Amino acid sequence: MMRVPFFRYLAPTTVAEAATILRGEGAEARLFAGGTDLLPNMKRRQQTPKTLVALRGVEELRAVTQDGGLTLGAGLTLSQVAAEGRIPLQQRALIMAAGKVATPHIRNMGTLGGNLCLDTRCNYYNQNHDWREAIGFCKKAPEGEAIEEVTHGTCWVAPSSPRCWAVQSSDSAPALIALGAEVSLVSADGERRIPLHALYHDDGMAYLTKRPDELLTQVHLPQVDASWRSTYWKLRRRGSFDFPVVSVGAAVSLDEGGVVQAARVVVGAVTSYPVSIDTSALLGQTLSDEAIAAFADAAVKPARPLDNTDYHLSWRKRVVREYVAGALKELRGDSLEDLGLLARTAARILPLAACS
Amino acid sequence: MSEPTPNTGHETPVSTPADLNKPAFELIGHPRRRVDGRSKALGQTQFADDLSLPRMLYLRLLRSPYPHARIRSIDTTRAQAAPGVKLVLTGEDLPIPYGILPVSQDEHPLCPDVVRFVGDPVAGVVAASEEEAEAALPLIDVDYEILTTISTPEEALETPEPQIHRYAQEGNVHKLVALEFGDVPEALDGADQVFEDVFFYQGNTHLPMEEHASLANLDPDGKLVIWSSTQTPHYLHKALAKALEYPAHQIRVIACPNGGGFGGKSDPFNHEVVACKAALVLGRPVKVTLTRQEVFYCHRGRHPVLMRFRTGVKQDGSIVGMDLETVLDGGSYGSYGVASTFYTGALQTVTYEIPRYRFRAARCFTNKPPCGPKRGHGTVQPRFGQEIQLDKIAVALGKNPADLRLQQLVKDDSLTANYLTISKIGLEECIQKVVAGSGYRGRWGQLPEGRGVGLACSSYLCGAGLPIYWNKMPHSGVQLRIDRMGAVTAFCGATEIGQGSDDVLASCVAEVLGIDSHDVHVRTGATDITPIDLGSYSSRVTLMMGNAAIEAAERARLTIAAAVAEKLGVPKGRLAFAGRRVFDVADPEQGMDFREAVVLAEAAYGTLGSVGSYTPPRSPARFKGGGVGPSPTYSYSAAVVEVEVDPLTGWIHVPKIWIAHDIGRALNPTLVQGQVEGSVYMGLGEALMEEQTFRRLPPKRSHALVHKIPSLLEYKSPTALDMPEVVTYLVEDPDPRGPFGAKEVGQGPLLPIMPALANAVYDAVGVRVDETPISPEKILQALDQKAKGKPARYGPTSFPTVAWPEPFHVAPPWEGGDGRADDDPKAQRTQASEVRS
Repeated sequence: MMRVPFFRYLAPTTVAEAATILRGEGAEARLFAGGTDLLPNMKRRQQTPKTLVALRGVEELRAVTQDGGLTLGAGLTLSQVAAEGRIPLQQRALIMAAGKVATPHIRNMGTLGGNLCLDTRCNYYNQNHDWREAIGFCKKAPEGEAIEEVTHGTCWVAPSSPRCWAVQSSDSAPALIALGAEVSLVSADGERRIPLHALYHDDGMAYLTKRPDELLTQVHLPQVDASWRSTYWKLRRRGSFDFPVVSVGAAVSLDEGGVVQAARVVVGAVTSYPVSIDTSALLGQTLSDEAIAAFADAAVKPARPLDNTDYHLSWRKRVVREYVAGALKELRGDSLEDLGLLARTAARILPLAACS
Repeated sequence: MSEPTPNTGHETPVSTPADLNKPAFELIGHPRRRVDGRSKALGQTQFADDLSLPRMLYLRLLRSPYPHARIRSIDTTRAQAAPGVKLVLTGEDLPIPYGILPVSQDEHPLCPDVVRFVGDPVAGVVAASEEEAEAALPLIDVDYEILTTISTPEEALETPEPQIHRYAQEGNVHKLVALEFGDVPEALDGADQVFEDVFFYQGNTHLPMEEHASLANLDPDGKLVIWSSTQTPHYLHKALAKALEYPAHQIRVIACPNGGGFGGKSDPFNHEVVACKAALVLGRPVKVTLTRQEVFYCHRGRHPVLMRFRTGVKQDGSIVGMDLETVLDGGSYGSYGVASTFYTGALQTVTYEIPRYRFRAARCFTNKPPCGPKRGHGTVQPRFGQEIQLDKIAVALGKNPADLRLQQLVKDDSLTANYLTISKIGLEECIQKVVAGSGYRGRWGQLPEGRGVGLACSSYLCGAGLPIYWNKMPHSGVQLRIDRMGAVTAFCGATEIGQGSDDVLASCVAEVLGIDSHDVHVRTGATDITPIDLGSYSSRVTLMMGNAAIEAAERARLTIAAAVAEKLGVPKGRLAFAGRRVFDVADPEQGMDFREAVVLAEAAYGTLGSVGSYTPPRSPARFKGGGVGPSPTYSYSAAVVEVEVDPLTGWIHVPKIWIAHDIGRALNPTLVQGQVEGSVYMGLGEALMEEQTFRRLPPKRSHALVHKIPSLLEYKSPTALDMPEVVTYLVEDPDPRGPFGAKEVGQGPLLPIMPALANAVYDAVGVRVDETPISPEKILQALDQKAKGKPARYGPTSFPTVAWPEPFHVAPPWEGGDGRADDDPKAQRTQASEVRS
């Protein structure tokens, strides 16, 4: 059996206490909420923190408050988020995304904050220590001094590249960015609130702009009127378990004539951060087949899938186009039946009843 | 007890209710709760890893980080001094090689000189805790000299040196096979059309839920004991005796219930030998449980096979000759590989009449975990090619694929070109069932773009006709003890791997003795108390153990009947055993409880016990290589798979599958249906997503060759959400060679799924994917090709050049052949092949 390395376990009961501990422990500490990402990584020795700062006892992280918009505590489990009745129908993309993370068991443990801070993933990285030793390790997991000199911290998926290309694989991030969410980050110095897209950084190693002494405490959904609608499409090989290998979070505001007043489209799992697509070409347009096709063609450009996840990279790139187009067609009102087989799979599990 | 008579294997002693003086079977054929169901449902079954003993120590293995390297030296000093460490073993401590086949004794418990794949074990650490054993592994200093990495069969064919094994037939070609039954070039020359197709079947692994685990100890009397998750306790017993240089009779092997095997626990494994050695050295219990990654390293799974079919047909689609070549990627060790190689050509002839047949195969060594037997052993890959090619032939000739098959099915009681004996073939009814159930005739070629149906058929052994090692003894033995309390205990070396063999044993005995299957105490898979059964492989257990069980029970019944007949004053032949009673069929009131009957018999004849055994019938094949393929009888399956394919992306969805299986007779229909559906599930995984693939890092930068995805998350296998609706038809026409007429079901129903799915994809979108897995990206590439006006196909385009040896020529039965090769003088003296599995 694979076992976690030894660690010290600290269990604060308030955010302030947790922030103080983080300040004192420095980079040796890791936040521990559901543990569904961190513990397997520790078993594989991808991360070996000396201290885990457990957040289960911090009750305030599980609060949901209506304040014009909706504020969700980062400590809510993904199951709780997927069943949260106060999320309006216009923002159902979050429910769709949270409801499609991994498996029911993992959603019962894993948290919203944990999913947003998910470690980037790569088939060269999410492996046991001895497997990584056999490839001479990689840039993101540079352990094993003896062999390191051979490889100089190569990114094996792109050996001539100076950076790490591990993939941002959060389901909730593209959905929440499309919804215009913001997050609160708290440290011993105080609190700051940033747009969620600004939490991410296009680098497989330094993938978050959050400082190690900060904890993500809240997610803020903006207030929306009835003109908005949203969806989340997830590509994975199986109906459960799998991380996304392409995902699309999309939200649009349409006037009564179906003209786009505002739109946000985010493509996930195709590079090291959730990619927001420039939607200016859609503004003032109806979502005609032509407008959608032109937009989807353009959306493919910033997607840079590489051979470090499931499925062939060129096929994933192809699917980006169909997913972006399909998500927008769903938002203009096409039925899933009309959208065909791909849509039925991509948007599977639609817990609409959960939306208020 | 009655005089033992050798069981010839031709017909079973009792097979109908009338043979037992019953109007109908009480258990056989009725859906029943399995005898081990309660403990499994309650979580009480003790798998190997559940076992724990006082003072138990833990073993972990240090595995090679290099795909191919020479060990210059190993220094264990630091590891031996590490906290909790009791023992460090290396190759020097265990110098004797072993292997499942007598011709491939190429494995060492710990590599003494050369490592051959990433994961090959080089040292074992035994410590007071698993953590301490694990922590000491990096303290073992191994100095390696890196050797050339050979990653594919093509590289193996082109790179004779360095040899991965010195004993290989040529360079890095482990084994070459060439057999020809009749003049195939002449047959193809005379054909109206010859179809040539190249297919690739990707390797995949068994993926049992239970990781292999073993616990070794010394019994209080000093004997060595190992509890292990093994499908083949007898073969493990033999390997341990050899590798440990320990007297076989001083060892007992206990096969724990396996949490899934599928062929992956059929070899003796490094960890089993090393745990035993450590227990012998330390005199303490030693436990080892593999991680999931290590299970991927043990592998022995499906060989990746490249194959070329050249099939000649008449204008009406009748096959006149088939020429099959296969190249297998064997990985780093022999395992069952020589048998696997023969199996890639053995069963082509048992479904459709093939008057002339040539088969040539090459198994290559590569620096990857060894391939071996997985469900359908070696026959799955060529069946995939054969059934797709038939579909292509039907399309080309404008025939319905079902009719093309039905017009040339093999007949009952016949011999094939390669001298396999067909007893009963229920394939016609299988095809009719799935064709009718799915509406195939009205839907094939008729559904809208993006939807399609595909048909395929298959066949599988009901037990290998020859054992792994040459001997004339029975393949399965069953012993019964019956005592004055009315207790019946059935002993057999067979291994319960989830397939339901304990239930088969109990129900065969219970039916004959007129008691309930849950009345029988079942003791299986323990070499010190159970008669030898060769193991749970080759779909042999139901047929062989079942026949042995019936024989043992029938002998016990005759003894008990003699005592009862005397007491009641009626002829023995008028007694029936039913409803836990023994009574006169002419006057059912005249009789007694089963227990009273046993008391009478024990008083009359002394302690009651009986034995039964089973030896398969002798094969008419007399040529070298003819030992692989013969079986007492063959099961048959047919399946129709329905698919939906998205033309924009190639995304594929399987809404429904119809499958019919020729079971002979379903001993317990619940278990049969479970095996059929389990096969469909596994077949769907192989068809759509499973692949044991490897990463070769850029050779200029690295020697590395690693398993791409050795984890349950990234090695993709379907979930419950991916499972389609399955309609199962059981076709029952009792086979005189099976117990109560039963055939196998553990493996056969897997085989038609993959080709039927490929054929359905063609029906849906008009493209051929001639390799597995049939993934969206491959379908899309074929669709792109089609759009460009190129061949609408994804798959291998060439077949490597192999220096085939001259085949053994054997005339088919209808050309005056007697089963002997006409150009091999040895064949006159050697009646069986060098390989017998």
